[in-house]
Amino acid sequence: MKAATKTNLKLVSLVLGMFCFGFALVPIYDVFCEITGLNGKVSGPTITQYDENFDSREIKILFITKNNENMAWNFTSEKRTLDAETGTAYTVDYTFENPTDYPMVAQAIPSVSPGKGAQYFHKTECFCFEEQLLQPGEKLTMPVRFIIDPDLPDDVPVLTLGYTLFDITESHIKLQASN
Amino acid sequence: MSAVIDSHSDDHHHGPAKGITRWLYTTNHKDIGTLYLWFSFLMLFLGGAMAMVIRAELFEPGSQIVSPEFYNQMLTNHGLIMVFGAVMPAFVGLANWIIPMQIGAPDMALPRMNNLSFWILPVAFGILISTFFMEGGGPNFGWTFYAPLSTTYAPPTVTFFIFAVHIMGASSIMGSINIITTILNMRAPGMTFMKMPLFTWTWLITAYLLIAVMPVLAGAVTMMLMDIHFGTSFFNAAGGGDPVLFQHIFWFFGHPEVYIMILPAFGIVSHIIETFSRKPIFGYTSMVYAIASIAILSFIVWAHHMFTVGMPIAGELFFMYTTMLIAIPTGVKVFNWLSTMFKGSISFETPMLFSIAFVALFTIGGLSGLMLAIAPADFQYHDTYFVVAHFHYVLVPGAIFGIIAGVYYWLPKWTGNMYDEVLGKTHFWMSFISVNITFFPMHFVGLAGMPRRIPDYALQFADFNMVISIGAFIFGLTQLLFLFIILKSIFAGKQATSEVWEGAKGLEWTVASPAPYHTFETPPEVK
Repeated sequence: MKAATKTNLKLVSLVLGMFCFGFALVPIYDVFCEITGLNGKVSGPTITQYDENFDSREIKILFITKNNENMAWNFTSEKRTLDAETGTAYTVDYTFENPTDYPMVAQAIPSVSPGKGAQYFHKTECFCFEEQLLQPGEKLTMPVRFIIDPDLPDDVPVLTLGYTLFDITESHIKLQASN
Repeated sequence: MSAVIDSHSDDHHHGPAKGITRWLYTTNHKDIGTLYLWFSFLMLFLGGAMAMVIRAELFEPGSQIVSPEFYNQMLTNHGLIMVFGAVMPAFVGLANWIIPMQIGAPDMALPRMNNLSFWILPVAFGILISTFFMEGGGPNFGWTFYAPLSTTYAPPTVTFFIFAVHIMGASSIMGSINIITTILNMRAPGMTFMKMPLFTWTWLITAYLLIAVMPVLAGAVTMMLMDIHFGTSFFNAAGGGDPVLFQHIFWFFGHPEVYIMILPAFGIVSHIIETFSRKPIFGYTSMVYAIASIAILSFIVWAHHMFTVGMPIAGELFFMYTTMLIAIPTGVKVFNWLSTMFKGSISFETPMLFSIAFVALFTIGGLSGLMLAIAPADFQYHDTYFVVAHFHYVLVPGAIFGIIAGVYYWLPKWTGNMYDEVLGKTHFWMSFISVNITFFPMHFVGLAGMPRRIPDYALQFADFNMVISIGAFIFGLTQLLFLFIILKSIFAGKQATSEVWEGAKGLEWTVASPAPYHTFETPPEVK
């Protein structure tokens, strides 16, 4: 093979490799965020076992529910605050209601702040990242179960679990059309 | 290396074809270089006209001549056209003209692809500009096209924008492959890597940067396309995506991109400073290593564009220190240029004037870059006119002065005629003064808190903005003089010798002026 052809082939494969790398940045970013708790990103449900001899401490937990712009649903949690202890499991109920007169699909995206506490917030059951279809006027209650890791750093006295509810009816239809 | 190459030896070859087909079908590196240069000149005036609209709007506070929506389109397209249409093609044009002559190659390695990579550029910009005449108008989300501005809130024409960016990227990638293959495989016998002229060196590294980051940009716009049309959620928080991810991917491309726009200028001024100081460049080896270090570092500093996005403190520190690290190789280059001039027998022809201005003004831009690199201070400067001042100092008296200096330096080699030195010096002094009137006060209004990308401003910024606008109008008009000087040198002027500049070094000065259509068909011997 001519030397120039060899160089060209190497360069073309570098181009293809970098194009794939661009897409690989998406999962890399997710993993990176999960490890560092960046952006308050939290994973889906996890089950964690603890040693019996942990030191539990008190921690205040705040629950925030928020609608993204133009989202018409009523979205609330049964509690706004909770005085919890690390290492104990708790359940909080969230209610979704579609007050419009057409069916809608929604998705709730969680975020834990401060970011450094995010990795210690273990949800054992949650509706996060699941698509919810509600008929007009329909109401739904769903639980979030969680345990705060006893390893939570001492300088985090309060954790906030925020949920933002997005209207994804349109992209849901698009995605189904393209499948 | 000293003898003039006998141009009679290629009598048996065809000269350029006649008429328009010469330019459409050409595979000659000199023709393609000329096409690139004229295209980028056209884009410079188009992007410049948009800058004039922006400065006219900001001449006085309040809404003046255009609607805020149109202002956003002007702002976005000014950036896109200057980056992808003016600066990058100008450097590719210079590369096409000069690299084969500097390394003693008869042409580029892939001449047909060379033709293709030029001719898809006008198509890309035709598509981009056509969006102005469509419903919803042109792109209006800033040249950085952050999601969701460019996805959820974008005008419907964004799909055309995405397609145009894909084509521009393809053009750059093909051009870069061509340049690397040419440099790696077609150097004259005896020209080792450490004997390669610095412009060729800077382009070799720039081409690698382009190949590494243009595909990432293509990936970013592809993800946008999928978010907009196929219901994916790469950057859409509703589906579990993250708009901040867009910024990471964009700046992973964007930061090496800013070095793509400056490294070849480093090469050009290195040649000019050594020629007009009549001394070999000081620290050639350190120059090469400095360029390589800048290129490598450019991949690990990108998040300094997004300090205010909410990064953990460790991230801020990492990106702050790596960014500051870049000042070291850049400083090496600046000191090498100064040392080259030190005790040199300097004469101040137009290319040298532009190069000295480059060193001084680029350093100002570099220093304001260091200020911006300080993460805690960046929260104050972020998205103000201070940032606008910073990147215009490195791009206008940086990249563009470098290109202008290169054009003056090699113009006699291209046209065979010397340009008009009096007009050239007039062009320099008008440009030098007006560029500072335009961009220096932006530091002040920026530090005082004037936000960028807004078509209106608070009253206390009125005086400075009027000064800035006047400077911008003078700078814009001055570039018409540049066009006149080039045209004049094509049609008339003192006959240039093959050496052109006293003591100029490099293989390109061993061929006749104007350079024959085919050069170095027999490779020269480099000692």
